[in-house]
Amino acid sequence: MSDALLAARPAGPLQGLRTWWTMLKICLEERLVYRGDFVLGTLMRFLPIVTQVFLWTAVFGATSRGDIAGYTRNDIVAYYLLTMLTRAFSSMPGLAGGIARSVRDGSVKKFLIQPVDYVSFLLAARVAHKLVYYAVATIPFALVFFLCRSYFPPIPDATTIAAFLLSLALSFLLGFFMEATLGMLGFWFMEVSSIVFGYMLVQYLLSGHMFPIDLLRTVPTGLSGVSLADVVHWLPFEYTAYFSSAIWLGKVQGAALVNALLIEAGWVVVMAVACRVAWWRGTRRYSAFGG
Amino acid sequence: MGRYLAIFLTFARACLVRDMTFRANFILECLTSLGWMSMNLAFYLLVFTYTSEIGKGTGWSKEPFFAFVATGLIINSVVQAFFMPSAEELTEMVRTGGLDAVLVQPLDAQFLLSMHRVDFSSLANGAVGVGLLAWALGRMDHAPPAVAWLLYPLLVLCGVAILYGLVIMLAAATILMGRNQSLYDFWFYLTNFSRYPAEIYSGPWGGPLRMICTFVIPILLVVNVPARVIAQPFTGESWIGVVAAVVAAIASLVVSRIVFQRALARYRSASS
Repeated sequence: MSDALLAARPAGPLQGLRTWWTMLKICLEERLVYRGDFVLGTLMRFLPIVTQVFLWTAVFGATSRGDIAGYTRNDIVAYYLLTMLTRAFSSMPGLAGGIARSVRDGSVKKFLIQPVDYVSFLLAARVAHKLVYYAVATIPFALVFFLCRSYFPPIPDATTIAAFLLSLALSFLLGFFMEATLGMLGFWFMEVSSIVFGYMLVQYLLSGHMFPIDLLRTVPTGLSGVSLADVVHWLPFEYTAYFSSAIWLGKVQGAALVNALLIEAGWVVVMAVACRVAWWRGTRRYSAFGG
Repeated sequence: MGRYLAIFLTFARACLVRDMTFRANFILECLTSLGWMSMNLAFYLLVFTYTSEIGKGTGWSKEPFFAFVATGLIINSVVQAFFMPSAEELTEMVRTGGLDAVLVQPLDAQFLLSMHRVDFSSLANGAVGVGLLAWALGRMDHAPPAVAWLLYPLLVLCGVAILYGLVIMLAAATILMGRNQSLYDFWFYLTNFSRYPAEIYSGPWGGPLRMICTFVIPILLVVNVPARVIAQPFTGESWIGVVAAVVAAIASLVVSRIVFQRALARYRSASS
């Protein structure tokens, strides 16, 4: 690819905004073509929470403990519900696989000659996906949260809510750039499905999607006074599920909250740069033939 | 029947050759599959550091519960290996018109669409499940009676049959909807209910849910009945579960066959 083609970009901020809006509209329309599939996919995300609620109710029913790792039975149920909300922001189904596929089948090459930035296009597509998802999911989410309102602690103060919303926005960006970077590995490995699956395993375990990270405070690492939860705190994963839920439940407060938000923002920057570098280096080693 | 068996063995051989051609990928798939399973086992071990059993007085203490988990692993690995890969492909076949080529073959469409691809790497979990079952049974206070050993393989097959029926009905939904990318997710979420003992579904919400998951979509019979037979004391009441599992397996196969045939009748080609 010539540098002139690679350097082709929209002229001026207004043109850029218009391109972005067009990309968003296209992606919205595409999402709404297969509405049945989309609605089904949205609604069934509520199913796993049901088994988790019953499992933890049975666990608490069989033990004399009032709480487990600082979580009462109500806290655990509220935690899983909030985790669903967080994952609605940070999960990026099909993103990494889609990027790798576009590299493999050659469809990525159109982004090398068109004045459209691939990463921005993917981000617009993901925003569209999320907008449609929220439109569909708002009512079921509201219904489930209303039915389960007795599990939740009182609504936190405005500062906590603001921190919660900020963490959700950051978790969306973090989830996007992590998965997009993973997909860019397709320039080197062609087939990344096994890598993506491995990432999903680690993500599921260390993000707090499976259980609150606080349960890992009793798991030693071999280092004196350092638990597995302490190590996970410095990794990006817990900011895609556990962190926002913990904020709402008041498990992270004050200086610890600010510190964690900074770590999350830092990971967003690191992964955004990593994604750009991977795209930049990947396209320079990429070659495609034919129409 | 012999002809279909020969064709299935040809499919299986071709898939095995393909897997062995990309051995590194095959090993990686086995490892990731085992990784997922290990992660779940680690979660259960973590849970048992806080409680002695799942549900008060249910009898699902650590060893019986791991026998339960092992049974689930065995049943799911069979379904994942022999039926799910084909069902997943159906999604794109309907959308792109590839289904047409299957329908004109002089073979049963359901057989071709549900059994033409075998994922041997999924059997790794089943092998670990057998080992886990042996470990759990060896550590239990009571040994299963002879009748439990005789019934267990039959009930595992019933579990596989119930899940196969569900796979076929999800495949039928794919044909009716034109696209069902969520098929695999839906499968995962639905089978999630079968991953835990039925006793956990109790109370004003749990009771009705248990009834639905036993009599409407018999997902709770899949693992619970064989696991209960092998890991809990065998009593006269155990026979009720055995009969229910056999009836549910037959009903699943029959109903799914009818639903699938009707879905195919409504299929309109997408190709030129």
